[in-house]
Amino acid sequence: MQLNYSIEGGDFTNAGNASSQVKKILKKLNVDPKITRRVVVALYEAEVNVAAHAYRGEIIVDINTERIRVVLKDEGPGIESIENAMTEGFSTASAEVRQMGFGAGMGLPNINKNADELNIKSDVGVGTELEIITKLK
Amino acid sequence: MQVQQIVKKLNLTVIGGNDGIDNEITGGYTSDLLSDVMGNVGDGNVWITLQTHKNVMAIASLRDISAVILVKGLKPDADMLEKANEEGIPVLGTEMETFEVTGKLFGFLQK
Ligand SMILES: Nc1ncnc2c1ncn2[C@@H]1O[C@H](COP(=O)(O)OP(=O)(O)OP(=O)(O)O)[C@@H](O)[C@H]1O
Ligand SMILES: [Mg+2]
Repeated sequence: MQLNYSIEGGDFTNAGNASSQVKKILKKLNVDPKITRRVVVALYEAEVNVAAHAYRGEIIVDINTERIRVVLKDEGPGIESIENAMTEGFSTASAEVRQMGFGAGMGLPNINKNADELNIKSDVGVGTELEIITKLK
Repeated sequence: MQVQQIVKKLNLTVIGGNDGIDNEITGGYTSDLLSDVMGNVGDGNVWITLQTHKNVMAIASLRDISAVILVKGLKPDADMLEKANEEGIPVLGTEMETFEVTGKLFGFLQK
């Protein structure tokens, strides 16, 4: 099963729609709630990162009996140092975004904690691609 | 303890999400940093915050939070309220500030 979503930079109203819908679908598929939670927490943080840091992005959620694979590909400024970005507390969020309570620099660490496998590719000035894999077994 | 019991004891206003008024409370978490809550809140916790936008309910729903308390008389944005009603997660209001309401809730939950 494959699901597709898109997300626009700056659109915090719709950031979270994909994770909310995926949660409902995984519930219908009788996926263990603990696994569902890991998937949707990671997806939510990744969605918000596109809204907060990039221009636009595409999300693919691919589900089979073995694992859930989430790919987020965005057009945006990219990440200069993935190592820095993965460090808890590191954030380049704007003042406006911080006022909403984002920008603690905990999103990527949260994704890392909740994923069985996380792969990040980023080109500065082009965009970022995240692959988040959660095993179902 | 259920959400309706803390509504009574702390004299909170039920602003929305009435369907979840019987939700069982397992504890509380106080923070205005969204990804801190996302990473650290417990299942069934009450979340005390001053944030009033829709993402609060997205996190509340994804983390199965029992209720959200808005401090200092703050009101939820229209789309936050709509999502609270949709998801059936109570949004509760108080004039108390964060320190006070957190302390009181902590006291009740210890009993
Ligand atoms: N999709 C992205 N495009 C460009 N930069 C990104 C992207 N995702 C993350 N980053 C960079 O990595 C940093 C750390 O991301 P992380 O999600 O951990 O924290 P944050 O988004 O700044 O704050 P929080 O997630 O706690 O609200 C960001 O501040 C930003 O500089
Ligand atoms: Mg983030």
